[in-house]
Amino acid sequence: MNLRAVWAIYRVEMARAFRTVLQSIISPVISTSLYFVVFGSAIGSRITEIDGISYGAFIVPGLIMLSLLTQSIANASFAIYFPKFVGSIYELLSAPISYLEIVIAYVGGAATKSIMLGLIILATAALFVPLRIEHPFWMVAFLVLTAVTFSLFGFIIGIWAKSFEQLQLVPLLIVTPLTFLGGSFYSIHMLPGIWRTITLFNPVVYLISGFRWSFYGKADVSVGVSLGMTLVFLAICIAIVAWIFRTGYRLRN
Amino acid sequence: MQLHETPFGLYQVTSFRQSFQPMPSILSISGVSKTYATGFKALKEVNLDIQRGEIFALLGPNGAGKTTLISIICGIVNRSSGTVTVDGHDINKDYRAARSLIGLVPQELTIDAFESVWRTVNYSRGLFGKPANPAFVEKVLRDLSLWDKKDAKAITLSGGMKRRLMIAKALSHEPRVLFLDEPTAGVDVELRQDMWAMVRRLREDGVTIILTTHYIEEAEEMADRVGVINRGEIILVEGKAELMRKLGRKQIRIELREPLSSVPDGLSRYALELSGDGTELTYTYDNQSDRPGVASLIRDLEASGIQFRDLDTKNSSLEEIFVNLLRQEP
Ligand SMILES: Nc1ncnc2c1ncn2[C@@H]1O[C@H](COP(=O)(O)OP(=O)(O)O)[C@@H](O)[C@H]1O
Ligand SMILES: [Mg+2]
Repeated sequence: MNLRAVWAIYRVEMARAFRTVLQSIISPVISTSLYFVVFGSAIGSRITEIDGISYGAFIVPGLIMLSLLTQSIANASFAIYFPKFVGSIYELLSAPISYLEIVIAYVGGAATKSIMLGLIILATAALFVPLRIEHPFWMVAFLVLTAVTFSLFGFIIGIWAKSFEQLQLVPLLIVTPLTFLGGSFYSIHMLPGIWRTITLFNPVVYLISGFRWSFYGKADVSVGVSLGMTLVFLAICIAIVAWIFRTGYRLRN
Repeated sequence: MQLHETPFGLYQVTSFRQSFQPMPSILSISGVSKTYATGFKALKEVNLDIQRGEIFALLGPNGAGKTTLISIICGIVNRSSGTVTVDGHDINKDYRAARSLIGLVPQELTIDAFESVWRTVNYSRGLFGKPANPAFVEKVLRDLSLWDKKDAKAITLSGGMKRRLMIAKALSHEPRVLFLDEPTAGVDVELRQDMWAMVRRLREDGVTIILTTHYIEEAEEMADRVGVINRGEIILVEGKAELMRKLGRKQIRIELREPLSSVPDGLSRYALELSGDGTELTYTYDNQSDRPGVASLIRDLEASGIQFRDLDTKNSSLEEIFVNLLRQEP
C-alpha cells in the first residue's frame, strides 16, 4: 500500500478546500441559513409541526442531506475532473499507486470535506432551532455512509464527464430535483396517495428518512430499509468504479 | 540506400549486438502496438531496448507515435498488445516497481495552477511513495533555478519556469529512467542549456535518459544512440556515430587553380557540380552508394589536367540523414 501517495493526494484535496474556504464552507452556511429563513419561517408559520416535531427542527436533517449530497458529488467530481481537464492527471496515472488507493484518497478527501460541512450546517441550525439527536451513532453512520457513497458517485461523474457542462448535468438534472422531492421539507405522508408511491422510487427519500430518524426517532420508511437502500447504492457505485478502473474507461485511452 | 527495403534488418543487427553487452537493458519494449479508440494505429509492433545509463534520442516527425510510446511505458495509455519491462519489472504485473523507477516530463505544460511550487514538487514525491526529504527537494529546485519561486503559485510562473517546474516534479522522486518528451520545444536558450547540463549530470549519476525531439541538433549533441520512428514504426536504431558514418553523406569541395567553363567529360561519372564562377567543384556521395571514392576522383582530376588549390570535406548532419530516411519511406 502506497500510503504516502494516498496522504499526498488527500492533503492536496484538503488544502484546496481551505484555499477556497469561502466557496467550500461559507457559501453553504449562508444558503442553509437562507433556507431556514425562507422555509422555516414562511412555511413554518403555516405548518407548526410534523410528527410532533417543530417544522424548523424537522427540516434540519433534510437540509444537511441536501448539502451533503450536492457537496459530495461536487467535491469528488471536480477533484478528479480538474486534473483530467488541465492534463495533470498524467502524473497520477504514471505513479506507483493502485486504483484502490486513488479512490481512497479522492473519495476520502471529498467525503471529509462534506462531512465537515454537514457538521457546520448542524451547528448553524442549532443556532436557529432546538435540536435533539436520539441515535448519535446512526446519525454519524448515515452522515459518513452518505458522504462516501455520493463522493464515489461524484468520482464516477468526474471520470465520465468530458466537459464542464457534463460535469454539472447530472447534479443539476437528477440529483437536485431528487433531493428537493426527497422529503427534505415535508413528510411524504403529507402527499396524496399516488405521489407517495412514486416518491418511494426516489432513493433520496430513504437517505433523508433514515437520517431524520437518527435525530427524532420518526421515519417515513423503516430505518432498516433506509440503511439497506444506502448500502445498495454504495455497492452499485463501488461496482462502477471497479469497472472503470479495470477497463481504463476515459482514463487510459 | 538499402535501408527502407530491409528496415528491420539494420535494427536486428543492432539488437543482436546488444545481447553481448554485459548489462541487461533497463527498458525493454517488445511487440508493442497501439490502436486508438478511433481505429487509428499509432504504433505497429514496436521493439526497442534501451541500455542502462545511456541517452537515447527518439526522433520522428509529428504524429509518428513518440508520445504514444512514452505514454504506454509510463502507464498513461493502455497498449493494445506487446510487453514492456523496466529494469526487469513488467509494467502491468509489477507496475509499482516499474513506475517508481520512471520520471516523466510530458510534452504539454500541465500543472495544477493554484498550488505553490514547493507543494507541487513535494506532492509529486509523495505520489511516488518516497518519504519527505526537504533537503533533496530544495536541491532539485535550486538546480533548476526555481528556489526563489518556491512559494509562488504555478499560475504566476512564466512558460519557461513552468517547464522547469515540470522537470522538478519528474526529478522529485529520484527516477532511474527519465523521459523528456520534446523537452526544448518553445524553450529559451538559457533553459535549454540548463536542461542539457542537468541531463549530463543525471547521466553521470547513472540515470537513463530517453528524449524525443524534432531538433535534430539536440540528438546530435546529446544522444548516445538514436532511434528513428515514423508512422508508428521504428525504422532504425543506431549508435549516433555509426549512424552518421553509415548513412551520412559526404561532400568534397575542391578549390581550383584555374576556373573551368564546364566539367570535362572524363569526370562525368562523378556528377560534379561546378560553382557559378567556375572556381569550385563539389562532389557529393554517401557511404552506402556505389559511387567511386575520393582517391579515384583525385586520380581522374589529375588525368584531366585539372589542378586544385585546396580540398575540404564535410559530413552531413543528423538532420540531413533524418530527412533522407523519411524520404525513403514508401
Ligand atoms: N487519444 C487519441 N486518439 C486517437 N488518436 C490519437 C490519440 N492520441 C494520439 N493519436 C494519434 O496518434 C498518432 C501519434 O500521436 P503521438 O504519439 O502524439 O505522436 P508524436 O508524439 O510522435 O507527435 C497521431 O496521428 C495522433 O493523431
Ligand atoms: Mg508528441
